[in-house]
Amino acid sequence: MNEPRTLFDKIWDRHVVQAETDERPALLYVDLHLVHEVTSPQAFRTLRGRNLRVRRPDRTLATIDHSVPTTVADEHGTWPGLSAAASKQIEELRDNCRTFGVPLRDSTDDRGIVHVIGPESGATQPGMTIVCGDSHTSTHGAFGALAFGIGSTEVSHVLATQCLLQRKPRSMAVELVGTPAPGVTAKDLILAVIGRLGVDGGTGHVIEYRGDAVTRLDMAGRMTLCNMSIEAGARAGLVAPDATTFEYLRGRPRAPANGDWEHAVRDWSELPTDAGARFDATVTVDVGNLTPQITYGTNPGMVMPIEANVPNRSEDGDALEYMQLEPNAPLLGRPIDVAFVGSCTNGRIEDLRSAAAVLRGHRIRDSVRMLVVPGSHAVKAAAEREGLADVFVAAGAEWREPGCSMCIAMNGDVVGKGQLAISTSNRNFRGRQGPGSRTLLASPATVAASAIEGAVADPRDFATTETIDA
Amino acid sequence: MHEPLTTVSSSRLVLPQPNIDTDQIIPARFLTTTTRHGLGAHAFADWRDTPPLDDPRAADCAVLVAGDNFGCGSSREHAAWALHDFGIRAVISTTIADIFRANAIQNGIVPIEVAPKTHAALLARPWEPVELDLPSRRIRFDGAEIEFTIDAFGAHCLAHGLDTLDYLLSQSNDITAFEAARA
Repeated sequence: MNEPRTLFDKIWDRHVVQAETDERPALLYVDLHLVHEVTSPQAFRTLRGRNLRVRRPDRTLATIDHSVPTTVADEHGTWPGLSAAASKQIEELRDNCRTFGVPLRDSTDDRGIVHVIGPESGATQPGMTIVCGDSHTSTHGAFGALAFGIGSTEVSHVLATQCLLQRKPRSMAVELVGTPAPGVTAKDLILAVIGRLGVDGGTGHVIEYRGDAVTRLDMAGRMTLCNMSIEAGARAGLVAPDATTFEYLRGRPRAPANGDWEHAVRDWSELPTDAGARFDATVTVDVGNLTPQITYGTNPGMVMPIEANVPNRSEDGDALEYMQLEPNAPLLGRPIDVAFVGSCTNGRIEDLRSAAAVLRGHRIRDSVRMLVVPGSHAVKAAAEREGLADVFVAAGAEWREPGCSMCIAMNGDVVGKGQLAISTSNRNFRGRQGPGSRTLLASPATVAASAIEGAVADPRDFATTETIDA
Repeated sequence: MHEPLTTVSSSRLVLPQPNIDTDQIIPARFLTTTTRHGLGAHAFADWRDTPPLDDPRAADCAVLVAGDNFGCGSSREHAAWALHDFGIRAVISTTIADIFRANAIQNGIVPIEVAPKTHAALLARPWEPVELDLPSRRIRFDGAEIEFTIDAFGAHCLAHGLDTLDYLLSQSNDITAFEAARA
């Protein structure tokens, strides 16, 4: 009888080229390397400087998402007013992909956020190792893939050798117990988990999310959950692959087809954690009484139920001062300037449906600027087909082209100095959405409700005919 | 590729705030560069006008003592490039975020995790000297000497200025065999 293993153990073991020793980390094989324009140019320069090739272009997939404007590109694939630096970065990726034979999702109907297009094309599959020069690579763990962010030097390692030197992280089970009430979304679950773990509670660990509240989530919800694992310090988050995973993948362009499909499903079905397998740490979070969550501070661990008052915590330093919030005061009713729906956390079609379900038949307050940015062109097309885009436009929101947009504010979509934004993105760090910007993180439904009110609002006050579970 | 690094001796730059994220170390608006160079000018760009970074002594510090959980957030290696270019060769905190720690080692910055008591003592006396001796895994400050732990491979690469890409490339036979066995 073999020792029971976790999902993480099984994926790790399948990819060890050389076992780790005291003197040297393991040599770990990478199945899928995702590349974007911001963290790859230095790595490609290393390859050029040493006259190296990309070892496996077939295991590499590039896109342009971070610095790209969310306005419509011209016929040359560029944008009026794009900064010279951003333009050079985009052109350099195009040139690198041509030179090294790396597939690039570039055309005006093919682009998207790297963590949205990987899954929707079926490139992200259970049991894989997936890396990208991007901390939200943890998103792909929703499929039962070991996926984590790396630096640009490591990007050069993977480009040149398809391998990384890695110490095996510790494992952590995060058990979600209880049944969340209607209107409580995956975003609320993960914000509550981060609040519980703190922003460094997962450091050195790979998290596996477990429990009925996890398995009941659709793939979009699981991606939201795994996406923010890094905000608790964990490089990777995992959900065991199951029928929901397989159903999502079936028929996608890069998913196994025909005879290979049955074989793949059999293989993937062996991945879930064995009964009796040991985790280095276990944390239980009761989500049965959870209400919509919202951050109030300057990191994602500073989070509370939407109906609560801002806490008075000494360890938060001058965070409340930065946020211009008073301790013991409610957030509900606090005026907002900007509402953002999008990002690799909440930029999928399910997220847009959730926001549209709240917005339908309403107008956003005149004082609010609302941006809705689809995660990919496929998401954009689906939203337009389903009439969601019409709902956003009728409500007074700006309906944009896909990209990271206001989550990282590199592309011109910025929150102004001192402005308060409510955002479906993943980081409320000081200045994250623009110098001096202040950010409240919440679910798409909460952001939509707040845009209507012009102030922080509880989405449960907006009865919708559709489910708003995302 | 960085210079071999075995000892560092300098006054300490103290940033006591916990959870200093990589967006603070280098804001995203400076990430449109395509090289690794010149980012020191933008290190802590939005903190430069306030103490202690407005103090001319900050420019001479090679050791940064930071609050708990330094370097969390984005994987941007620009954070390590910016700190190195700013002159930082060692970062000391109670915990250092995983991706930043790996990026630091790749770029000639020693990540040092110390116990809360040691950390408090280091935070208490800004601008005072700290000595780092990597081969013996020791830091000396205020008359005290503290041993720290660091991954053996990382320490070896730092001490010899080794580029791990050379090592990885030298393992290509094993990588080819692995690919063949899985095909």
